[in-house]
Amino acid sequence: MAEGRVVGIDLGTTNSLVAYMEGEKPVVIPGVDGSNLVPSVVALDPMPRDGNRPTVTVGNSARRALIETPERVIYSVKRLMGRGLEEVESELKFFPFRLADDAEAGEVPRIQLGEMRFTPPEISAYILRQLKRNAERFFGSPVTQAVITVPAYFNDAQRQATKDAGRMAGLEVLRLVNEPTAAALAYGLDRAKEGMIAVYDLGGGTFDISILKLRDGIFEVQSTNGDTHLGGDDIDNLLLAVALDEIHAEHGIDLRRYPDAVQALRMEAIGAKVRLSAEASAQFDIELPNGDRYQREIPREVFEQLIEGVLNRTACPCKQALADAGITPEQIDEVVLVGGSTRIPAVRKLVDDLFHLSARGMKPHIDLNPDEVVALGAAVQADILAGASKTTEEMLLLDVTPLSLGIEALGGTVAKIIQRNSTIPASATEHFTTGVDGQTNVAIHVVQGERELAGDCRSLARFDLKGIPPMSAGLPRIEVKFLIDADGILQVSAREQRSGKQAQIEVKPTYGLTDEQVETMILDSFDHAEEDFAKRLLIEARNEAESILAKVEQARSNPVWGQLRGEEIAVIGAARDRLAATKSGDDVNDIREATISLDRATQRLAELMMDAAVSSAIRGKTMETAGEELGNEEVTAPHPMARAEFK
Amino acid sequence: MLKVIESAVPVACWSCSVAYNPSTLFCPHCSKIQPSSGGDYFSVFGLAPALDLDLGMLEHQFHKLSRKLHPDRFARATDNEKQWSLADTALLNDAYRTLKDPIRRTEYLLKLQGAEIGEEHAGKDRRDPSRVPPDLLEEAFDLNMQLEDMRMAKNTGETDSELQTSLEQAKKKFSDMLDDVDSGLRAQWQVWDSGDETVRKESEKKMVSLLDRRRYVNNLVRDVTETLGD
Repeated sequence: MAEGRVVGIDLGTTNSLVAYMEGEKPVVIPGVDGSNLVPSVVALDPMPRDGNRPTVTVGNSARRALIETPERVIYSVKRLMGRGLEEVESELKFFPFRLADDAEAGEVPRIQLGEMRFTPPEISAYILRQLKRNAERFFGSPVTQAVITVPAYFNDAQRQATKDAGRMAGLEVLRLVNEPTAAALAYGLDRAKEGMIAVYDLGGGTFDISILKLRDGIFEVQSTNGDTHLGGDDIDNLLLAVALDEIHAEHGIDLRRYPDAVQALRMEAIGAKVRLSAEASAQFDIELPNGDRYQREIPREVFEQLIEGVLNRTACPCKQALADAGITPEQIDEVVLVGGSTRIPAVRKLVDDLFHLSARGMKPHIDLNPDEVVALGAAVQADILAGASKTTEEMLLLDVTPLSLGIEALGGTVAKIIQRNSTIPASATEHFTTGVDGQTNVAIHVVQGERELAGDCRSLARFDLKGIPPMSAGLPRIEVKFLIDADGILQVSAREQRSGKQAQIEVKPTYGLTDEQVETMILDSFDHAEEDFAKRLLIEARNEAESILAKVEQARSNPVWGQLRGEEIAVIGAARDRLAATKSGDDVNDIREATISLDRATQRLAELMMDAAVSSAIRGKTMETAGEELGNEEVTAPHPMARAEFK
Repeated sequence: MLKVIESAVPVACWSCSVAYNPSTLFCPHCSKIQPSSGGDYFSVFGLAPALDLDLGMLEHQFHKLSRKLHPDRFARATDNEKQWSLADTALLNDAYRTLKDPIRRTEYLLKLQGAEIGEEHAGKDRRDPSRVPPDLLEEAFDLNMQLEDMRMAKNTGETDSELQTSLEQAKKKFSDMLDDVDSGLRAQWQVWDSGDETVRKESEKKMVSLLDRRRYVNNLVRDVTETLGD
């Protein structure tokens, strides 16, 4: 294909994925470590001595740095996308990140990461760049166009921030697709179904419910609702809070003062949560800095009581979505579950109750992996946009805007001009005039939300209509056209009708980066140099090989090396020798295969090192010691030696 | 089934230069998308203004046009085509949203005919006092007093079963009134669609006052439901 492939990207709170359409089937593209999920974790490597910018690591290796150098790592950044300073401040109560101390109201907040500061879109851009590289490595050719998914309930600023991140990563974002809708596309591909579908999407940080009508290949969203502040993270935080409080009460230690220990405990909490989906109970068993042990059994009933409040917050959006679609639960023909948190039995029970499933002898659809289904759907949408495939040529997605668009009227009330759940693109034309003789400016405040007062809605932007010809008050007639595009993002144009003059509009987005700011944040412009592409792939592959070889060398002096069995050491040795021999050659694929086989051979070693690091962090060892034990990270490639899944 | 609108002046297609009717959104010769000429919502569907619409047919046309116009079909097209696809699809969606809803459709048609009506869906002047139907003035006043009492009773945690019953009766009464207004409107649709100019003008007046009444009663029903509900 002359124009190159369009990939589908799920930029998730916890994990991110990239997928593409292989013939008639969407498939996830694995990273160099063979894993489909790239943890949405970004770490800043140690400051190089030469004074250059430190490199940035993404994914599993960045995850490991969570324990070594928590102050240089950021995760769940999606929760901060498109948010203002105050919102971020309240969000950060639950996360160990710091805002840059020179933050000013009205600016996009920046997060302090080691000695550097990044806006949330920049952090997301690093994740996107990693996914882009994974896809390029897979295809052996450049990838420049993508579809990126966003929570259906994301507002204008959150969508714009996601698009900005794409641009910074060197990706032309052809479309933002709502996550639940993408999931419906993935499910609807192989079945010529008609009917009403509800998609219940409880991810790491966001909750969406969408109701779609399927007919003749057209996926028409009827309504959507949700909460961009609700997800698996909240459940982790609940478990974490219980453990921290109990440790404080029983052992007199305020673990909150030890960020590395909190991170380690968070991972324990996540592990316990995941186990509780399959088992009747799970245990915390952790050694504390003073040598005590915190041991705690969590039966599933206790866990379910604990999270009941969080889960119940999903019920109200579901009911509202049904009401907005004008249907009853019985009219839903199929329910699709999306997001890792829908593995929790209590979530499935709630969904069953909400849509009266068992009562009707029905079950929700879970046949596609809930972690992958959104990326698969994004690949389907990418294929639709590429427009060259028989599989998807009959398919079309008609999505809606999740929030009403309004203008602040006299007295601070909101005049709604585009109602929520309107099919997008949608537009509205409003007329404005002046209140004073000779007035040449009119200010318009645009908000998004359902509340009656502008102050309770989300401020989108302030527009200044300038250059209105001076006339008597009330005489100018300025026509302003508001248009929500297919990405759910607002565009505005204006014209003074009596003079026929195109009015100038000065847009001040309430939250968000200007075009110029985005321009300066574009990552590594050399990334686009296609002529160097093959060379770059080879260099990257060699770097990855070097890095894993160095790690294996370091690991030999690690105490856990002694725990390996003789045959494991033999397998590692053979894989290492093969890679050492291949890496100086020019065959990218050979180097990569040898890298993957060494990575596989060292999987258990990586897990042992990880376990050792977690327990040393809990025991309150200094970060330096933990760092020495693990070896220092210097590479940008996703490092293979920490494969444990992060959920 | 795009119908030719009589007043349409042919324009030339930007791509093949063949003249076409600007009320269609595609060049009939080369099928390329065209900038919308800003016709009314009915003309988007190739319809003359009418009130009694076949909704199944409307949906079918909506899907058919969406397949051709939607920005997803122009993701890799020229910037102009992208922009026209966006504007045309927005117009199509606005038109479908308006025409598929019986009340919005009626309001829209009346506005096209130059009638001045309040806007139920724009969230504005929800309680324009000049538009209170005279025969409801007294009842509405009493109801609002009762609603006020009920809210106060709820705030202090009291239960007044007599008031409760009375409000439930009022809710029933006004809901029935709403149904009457709706059947009145439907009857007028037939009158308007099949009538001549004079009949239509008369029917429009009736519909304007029915819509005013509907908006007013609807607000009353909503207020009672909210007060009883929470």
